[in-house]
Amino acid sequence: MTTVHTATRSAGPAGAPGPAAHRHRPGGARRRNERAAFLFLSPWLLGLLAITAVPMLLSLYLSFTDYDVLTPLSEVKWVGLANYRTMFTTDPSYWHAVKVTLTFALIATPLKLAAALGVALLLNKAMRAVGLFRGLFYLPSLLGGSVALAIVWRSMFNRDGAFNSFLSIFGIQGVPWVNDPHWALQTLMVLAIWQFGAPMVIFLAGLKQVPTELYEAASVDGASRWRQFRNVTLPMLSPVIFFNLVLETIHGFQGFTAAFVLSNGTGGPVDSTLMYTLDLYIKGFAELNMGYASAMAWVFLVAIGLITIVLFSTGRFWVHYSDAEEH
Amino acid sequence: MRRWSRLVVLILILAVVLYPLVWMIGTSLKSPSEIAGNIGLLPHDFTPENFSAGWHKFDVNFGRFFLNSALVAILAVVGNTVSCLLAAYAFGRLRFRLRGVFFAIMIGTLLLPGHVLIIPQYILFRSLGWVGGDWPYLPLLVPHFLATEAFFVFLIVQFMRGIPRELDEAATIDGASPYRTFQHVILPLSRPALVTTAIFSFIWTWNDFFRQLVYLSDLKDYTVPVALTLFIDSTSESSVGPMFAMSLLSLIPVFLFFVAFQRMLVEGINTSGLKG
Repeated sequence: MTTVHTATRSAGPAGAPGPAAHRHRPGGARRRNERAAFLFLSPWLLGLLAITAVPMLLSLYLSFTDYDVLTPLSEVKWVGLANYRTMFTTDPSYWHAVKVTLTFALIATPLKLAAALGVALLLNKAMRAVGLFRGLFYLPSLLGGSVALAIVWRSMFNRDGAFNSFLSIFGIQGVPWVNDPHWALQTLMVLAIWQFGAPMVIFLAGLKQVPTELYEAASVDGASRWRQFRNVTLPMLSPVIFFNLVLETIHGFQGFTAAFVLSNGTGGPVDSTLMYTLDLYIKGFAELNMGYASAMAWVFLVAIGLITIVLFSTGRFWVHYSDAEEH
Repeated sequence: MRRWSRLVVLILILAVVLYPLVWMIGTSLKSPSEIAGNIGLLPHDFTPENFSAGWHKFDVNFGRFFLNSALVAILAVVGNTVSCLLAAYAFGRLRFRLRGVFFAIMIGTLLLPGHVLIIPQYILFRSLGWVGGDWPYLPLLVPHFLATEAFFVFLIVQFMRGIPRELDEAATIDGASPYRTFQHVILPLSRPALVTTAIFSFIWTWNDFFRQLVYLSDLKDYTVPVALTLFIDSTSESSVGPMFAMSLLSLIPVFLFFVAFQRMLVEGINTSGLKG
């Protein structure tokens, strides 16, 4: 019986359970397997319930209250939609944070992906020391999210930082970038783009999958390099571009560390680096307005979900899967 | 000729990319007067004093912060690898009711932004008395022991799909229980995925800031990233050198992992090739 069972198991697509999973068959081995599975799964199940589901539902409830951490949970006051109303109508920093976050994600993400793709294309053709280059370009992705690099950035784009020293070579008088409300967010974007290594590694792997016959056929047909890129590379790479786009967009919306360090936790100058997550931190942990912060977190969750859905629905129009092309 | 121009462009881009890191190393070795006056990449006189000044800058020295960070990162590695491996074995190799539903939920939590959970989790841990409790790392570490990093569960499940089913089937026919199959077949063969999980767990936890900032309030409990922010409050000229020195030190563990990881990749390919 066990062998029959395992045979159906290996025949089915991995990941999705076959019909056998829903059939209750008596038998010691089957029940033993089931018990073993739940035992192996128990830390995850406990985590799902206690660390994810229950806190989330609790925060959904608290988003309708005036909870401030200091009063016990049993004494919180129900305020209905007041938190949401304040957020959307009277809180001046809220829409500002939304704008800053959108600006950051919508500009930095495409530029980062363009840099990643450009360097990947260069590396894909270069023969020598690809591994070394790939490693060194990847290094900023490992280090860039740290407080240390944010500190370096803060100093580098200061009034007498390295960037202004560089500009002075050309006789340009730079501004104190991180303290200038018009430029502070841009320095954050540069820090994000600097970490193009991670999507670049993924692009490189994708480029290796493009069959060389396609390029040969294209050049036999007299296609220029640009046309080869437009009509072979881009469509063949579109699933990877899509993957990177989703990943980096979601990542872009969550920038916190650099904004915190550059602005000393204030989102300044003049709220110019007030990323959504930083605003959330200030409301929840500096002003102890946890009910309000819970409401902000829920709106954030819904917004990220909607953006992901939008990305996936547009993906249908421009992402080519090679299976579809063959048939 | 084309190849050469390509190489030159690549080297130029690489120079721009590496510039901040080299500048960081240079600045950490400059004296205060050179930091203000010398705009060159490297100092004229190497000043290692910044390192000792930074190390002892605060009431608690950086040795303690590094130990705290190491403790949190190592325990996070243990928690993540063990709990995610167990969950991955169930998802990848065992049959049970609701498996499809649970798998879908796991993928769903993969897309859940971590910052959304931080407020609700804080409220939970606070009501349990863990925040500012006897051991302040409890709220940082418990989630790691409960396989909440779905990314790693997914990674190990994906890896396990590459292990031939015939191996577990043979073990089952020989009368091995799911536990023995796990211990003697799946666990040894999953090692490469576990190493990847361990490396990323370490780097992510070491670099993590938001959670550590939220849960650590006592100076002696601070981890390195939280301690580094103490420097930005005191922005006097004299603290720039020590600030850079400590920032540089904080990156060294990640850098070492990076170097080792590069080598490991090659080794991984070699060993899997040898095992055929």
